[in-house]
Amino acid sequence: MDQQALKELAAHLDATLGDYLQSSNIALGELTLEIRIEALERIIKFLRDDSACRFEMLIDICGVDYPEREPRFDVVYNLLSVSNNLRIRLKVGVEEEGAVPSVTALHSTAGWFEREVWDLFGIYFTDHPDLRRILTDYGFEGHPLRKDFPLTGYVEVRYDDDQKRVVQEPVSLTQEFRSFDFMSPWEGAEYILPGDDKTGETSGEGEGS
Amino acid sequence: MGLSGADVKNPAGAPIPPGKAQDAALKLITDELGDRNFVMAKLDNLFNWARTGSLWPMSFGLACCGVEFMHVIAARYDLDRLGMIPRASPRQSDVLIVAGTLTNKMAPAFRKVYDQMPEPRYVISMGSCANSGGYYHYSYSVVRGCDRIVPIDVYVPGCPPTAEALLYGIMQLQRKIRRTGTIAR
Repeated sequence: MDQQALKELAAHLDATLGDYLQSSNIALGELTLEIRIEALERIIKFLRDDSACRFEMLIDICGVDYPEREPRFDVVYNLLSVSNNLRIRLKVGVEEEGAVPSVTALHSTAGWFEREVWDLFGIYFTDHPDLRRILTDYGFEGHPLRKDFPLTGYVEVRYDDDQKRVVQEPVSLTQEFRSFDFMSPWEGAEYILPGDDKTGETSGEGEGS
Repeated sequence: MGLSGADVKNPAGAPIPPGKAQDAALKLITDELGDRNFVMAKLDNLFNWARTGSLWPMSFGLACCGVEFMHVIAARYDLDRLGMIPRASPRQSDVLIVAGTLTNKMAPAFRKVYDQMPEPRYVISMGSCANSGGYYHYSYSVVRGCDRIVPIDVYVPGCPPTAEALLYGIMQLQRKIRRTGTIAR
């Protein structure tokens, strides 16, 4: 994407929206704005309607979880201007108990994106017309993309021949999840592999094993 | 008198490979038909022949295995020459090929599809995900093997299995049907 156009856009936004922006940053040919949650709707509306911006397409909304950070979540909006061939990214921080104003009134595509973020991260969107789960199972509990959600979840399903239906049960694994280390010792692994701790003792050319 | 089973087939009921023996058997049947306009055979052999020769599969592609399933259906491997025509309705199908990852959310629907199939019905589990959860074994949203939901006849390993592998699995199922050889399942 055109670097010059991005710089001009950043300068334009700085002049017009300066008060609402926390930061504006061009990295890897992409413009990212960090904004405050109160200004979210206003900025998205401005970006859509302003003749120099015309970001009339909402590509995606996604969430990010930073468990040890305050505020805990980021909600990221990716916008595309077809008229100007430009893209922009908005980041807004959200508290764990906080809520984000829905932008369904400005971009109707936001409906399902916000449902997805609600489903997977548990970030609440106010004034959403139909905020319910979209991807996970009916009656699912928890928000799977949160860092504190266990990989294997809490329930698993099985067909029960007595009840003649698929039932949910607490997870019981025959073998625990194992995290394998696939880092090659020939490609800069900076730790001592099991068995290699003795190589120093043999004072030699690595004739181990 | 009609033909006895021993005249045409070996005791296991397996087909005769092409060659002199097969030609002889075919001539026997053709002559018999020419003489009397009917041929006698064992009923369960007839049933097995009908069942193995028109195994209509349910189109049940759930993930990338579905693409390999499509390859088997399409011109190169051509399931049609086995008399297999994919059906869009479980009520018209004989075999359910589980092609892909079965998720928790899909599981009740999957069971419903299976329950709607008429007997005799068979299930082929295709690919690692359907066999055991595979890559997603530890996921919160995936069934750890579709045999938790329905009984499986043939497991086809692979991620995804090649079209040849699935074809081989189908042939194994035909073999199993021939071997089982019962009228009521």
